[in-house]
Amino acid sequence: MGMTITEKILAAHAGRDRVEPGEIVMVDVDVVLANELSAALAIDEFKKIEGATRIRDPEGAVFVPDHFTPNKDITTAKLVQRVREFALEQNARWFEVGRAGIEHCVLPQNGIVGPGQVIIGGDSHTTTYGALGAFSTGVGSTDVAVAWAIGQTWLRVPPTVKVTYHGRLRPWVTGKDLILYTIGQLTVDGATYMAMEFHGDALAELPMAGRFTMANMSIEAGAKNGIFHPDDITREYLGSVGHNRYTEFRSDPDAAYERDVEIDAGTIEPQIAFPAIPENTRPVTEAGTVEIDQVVIGTCTNGWIEDMREAAHVLRGHHVDPRVRCIVVPGSQEVQRQMVKEGLMEIFLDSDCIVSTSTCGPCIGGHMGVLGEYEKCVSTTNRNFVGRMGARTAEIYLANPAVAAASAVSGRIAHPDEVASPVAAG
Amino acid sequence: MEKLRGRVWKYGPNINTDVIIPGRYCHITDPKELARYCMADLDTEFIKKIKPGDIVVAGGNFGCGSSREVAPLSIKASGIGGVVAPSFARIFYRNAINIGFPIFESAAAYEQIDEGDEVEIDPDTGTIHDLTKGTEYKAAAFPEFLQTIMSRGGLRGYAEEELARQSAS
Repeated sequence: MGMTITEKILAAHAGRDRVEPGEIVMVDVDVVLANELSAALAIDEFKKIEGATRIRDPEGAVFVPDHFTPNKDITTAKLVQRVREFALEQNARWFEVGRAGIEHCVLPQNGIVGPGQVIIGGDSHTTTYGALGAFSTGVGSTDVAVAWAIGQTWLRVPPTVKVTYHGRLRPWVTGKDLILYTIGQLTVDGATYMAMEFHGDALAELPMAGRFTMANMSIEAGAKNGIFHPDDITREYLGSVGHNRYTEFRSDPDAAYERDVEIDAGTIEPQIAFPAIPENTRPVTEAGTVEIDQVVIGTCTNGWIEDMREAAHVLRGHHVDPRVRCIVVPGSQEVQRQMVKEGLMEIFLDSDCIVSTSTCGPCIGGHMGVLGEYEKCVSTTNRNFVGRMGARTAEIYLANPAVAAASAVSGRIAHPDEVASPVAAG
Repeated sequence: MEKLRGRVWKYGPNINTDVIIPGRYCHITDPKELARYCMADLDTEFIKKIKPGDIVVAGGNFGCGSSREVAPLSIKASGIGGVVAPSFARIFYRNAINIGFPIFESAAAYEQIDEGDEVEIDPDTGTIHDLTKGTEYKAAAFPEFLQTIMSRGGLRGYAEEELARQSAS
């Protein structure tokens, strides 16, 4: 019996020839990520571990404060100070305001993550790096602390659900729509404890941005990790960020899967997830009339330059509806720089959007765009749970950047066709 | 481990970490303060009505969403003795084990136990006894490795032994 890509990566990091789904293994960890929230608790825990004084592999320990940064208030400023002191004292990798952005964009762009690695992070969307063919998963702070101390973590080898997308994507359809549709099909616990392995000819030309989005949101189906096989698009991306030494793993043709899901991607329309659970998806054309108060475009799920281009393409020559606030959140300093170069910044400003610093703020109801009572928001973020972006009575609708931009212009949930013509395929 | 005994508070499926401890409180690290906001966006009365030792019984995929360890920490600090659910979201599951907070997987218990019932749970055997109804349920057994972690009060004990072993060799 063959093995899946996930099983092969875990076996290689457990010093084993093979591993079986369900067994618990201790694996070597290549990268341990923490943001200021998960790091703060992890540091407390690390200091309690008898015998632990130094991070075993400081080069693989990455810190990106991004949730409440630039510091929201004195409390969060003190929290970040504490994390900064620890990271610098440990000679770990520290990415702060001005040289950073949102963790899940920062790590790939700095060439830190790549195929074949085991990556854990104190953030559930650490699944993002599976887009590069890595095993990558979110963990809690105690896991982070222990991985700093011993360089290993415990993992239950997940069974794999194989999701295959057939056909040619329709205009405006992106990785976001594919993953929203898939979560709608599988439900939010359809892949709990499992790996989601993405396949199919519909993904062959999907840019890295779309793959990052899909892996990012695999957690919203409950998955432990989402994973793609590296191909030429992956290799070109890795070359562009200077990540040149890596091992590619591939699933064997006779690997065993827990479940096979076949999706006719050619029939999928742009999707929208209604409140208050990401599985509550439907085509945008079936949304009905939903007037909105705010739009958020960007963050770790859709904060890549490709996402910014799509949103700007729709917004060009239009104005955001006067009753709507449209907040654009590039994923990183790098993305923002590219936006300036390509003239996207001007398009956003001319169409009455605000371009925010890179932060998780609005997505977690932290700062920089918190929703008030009964407000409705179309957002390219990843979760539409009750209270996620602010008041408990606020409603969040998840969509791709073009849908979000069209909705901002229309003042209600809108299909991009209502505002612009699609760009040529690709 | 000591037996747990208390009154049941019951909730539905897919209780996510955002309603257990909303993002606006996630910068808090002091357990006592975290407890004040436990279940803030699920049940505003929660922290007022529970008593130490009470048990939460909820639907499947409990704790889905964020990796925030403050979610199980806030429940633990609130005084709740343990959570029973048909399944747990995987990060919540490992966080609970890592911090030594008792969780029990049982679909039958969720279906049959009602809010207000008095239950007793033996963590060593996974037996959930509904004293009000006189019924008994068996939670899924934890893999041996996880039992080892739990018997040491969490993952820290494992790490300490590992470090000691390495420095000795």
